[in-house]
Amino acid sequence: MPTSRELNWSRKDLLGIEELSREEIELILDTAPQFVAVSERESGIKKVPLLQGRLVVNWFYEPSTRTRTSFELAAKRLSADTLAIAASSSSSVKGETLHDTLANIEAMHSDVIILRHGAAGAPHILAARHDSHIINAGDGRHEHPTQALLDAFTMRNHIRALREDPTAGLDGVRVALIGDIEHSRVARSNIMCLKKLGADVTLCGPSTLMPTAIERMGVDVTHNLREAIDGADIIYSLRIQLERQGDGLFPSLREYIRLFRVDTAALVHAKPEAIIMHPGPINRDIELSTNVADGPRSVILEQVSNGVAIRMAVMHLLVNGKRAKK
Amino acid sequence: MTEMTPPDEATIVMDEAAMAETLRRMAREIVHGNDVLEDLALLGILRRGRPLADRLADIIQELTGVAPPVGSLATTLYRDDFRGGIGSAMDKGNTHFDFNVDGRTILLVDDVLAAGRTIRAAMDEVMDYGRPRRIQLACVVDRGGRELPIRADYLGHSMATTPNEWVTTRLHEIDGEDAVLLTRRTDLEEGA
Repeated sequence: MPTSRELNWSRKDLLGIEELSREEIELILDTAPQFVAVSERESGIKKVPLLQGRLVVNWFYEPSTRTRTSFELAAKRLSADTLAIAASSSSSVKGETLHDTLANIEAMHSDVIILRHGAAGAPHILAARHDSHIINAGDGRHEHPTQALLDAFTMRNHIRALREDPTAGLDGVRVALIGDIEHSRVARSNIMCLKKLGADVTLCGPSTLMPTAIERMGVDVTHNLREAIDGADIIYSLRIQLERQGDGLFPSLREYIRLFRVDTAALVHAKPEAIIMHPGPINRDIELSTNVADGPRSVILEQVSNGVAIRMAVMHLLVNGKRAKK
Repeated sequence: MTEMTPPDEATIVMDEAAMAETLRRMAREIVHGNDVLEDLALLGILRRGRPLADRLADIIQELTGVAPPVGSLATTLYRDDFRGGIGSAMDKGNTHFDFNVDGRTILLVDDVLAAGRTIRAAMDEVMDYGRPRRIQLACVVDRGGRELPIRADYLGHSMATTPNEWVTTRLHEIDGEDAVLLTRRTDLEEGA
């Protein structure tokens, strides 16, 4: 029987995993299951009134379908009104500063701003000067906190089901992150989140895509896929950014596929109960083979479903959590 | 588990025997108030409403042979405030039931009826799952202090209380004993 705890959310914004405590991460993960249930309702209305009358603004300076859709759906399932601003149609092309654009959005009484921006730290700068709740939906190579949270939630659900223990956490769970670590904000946020939750993280990829001194984050590094997969509970393949192919960071796509693709042959060495994850969008048969992406170990679509619930949990905590009123 | 000894200033409003007798009487009234028992389903409001709903359903089955389905209602996603704290509310558990509410008589079950705001939230939550034929309410204690026009259809015990008086229900399934207690304390903050 869970005991009642006096834990409350007090942050205005969700800017990154870096500043979150383990308790805060667990509060978000523990808040999400009730929202999974809302989306899975078989009858009636798939929404709850927690953000009724609030305005949630999706403000994306980089292309995104999955994350933007997920946030928009999460806001709608909380009964919020939503508005999308695409960078190409915004006044940034006319030279308006981020602060001015946000001040104008806020003049229309927005409550939550979901920001994706190419510059690391952009959401932090805005959060310090504006009253809106800012959620970082990806800032440069820096962080993508809601992705890490939905990934941790998906991993924890898997471990709980596997061990038939509804309170199991990620302590001692072995996670292999495979691919382009250097350019990946998903990898950065995931490493910090998983380490805070007590997981063991192994990074695997070509040395040109591996940040130097990354071991300081408390992770193991290998350039051998078999070594990474061996003993892993979670095999997480990252997207190869094909647009960087010309940068000379790996000799050829064919070589990358041969050495680092997660496919049936590579999984011969995997634990039978290990699961496959990927943040999407997948480059099929490059970082992940089609057989594996669509196979029984894959929880990639569960990640997508869980993403909506995690984003509902985050928005609910930010807006309804106990906080000194502005 | 919480300490089983009641605080010094607590008076016993209902002991185990009184609670058992009260639930039997309420179950008889529920049977009396529902001519088509096959349409009846019970939703216990978490946490203590759920074991009470299970007990009422057992007695109804004993009396009539019809076993109404029972589910749990969290109401946390429909509240109009988060006084108790967002985290503590969550630990009560999640809404779960396996029946369709359309066309049914839904009997909401809770331990203490006070402001009525939890019941308002519960009704809104049920309505989001479909269109019940009607919604009824069963509570063990009505302590007064209503802030909304809500009343119980089946009531165990009614008592007027001041804001300094706190009514606590203790149930075997959660607290290890059956009792309704009245506590007089000035430092006790409201927020069940």
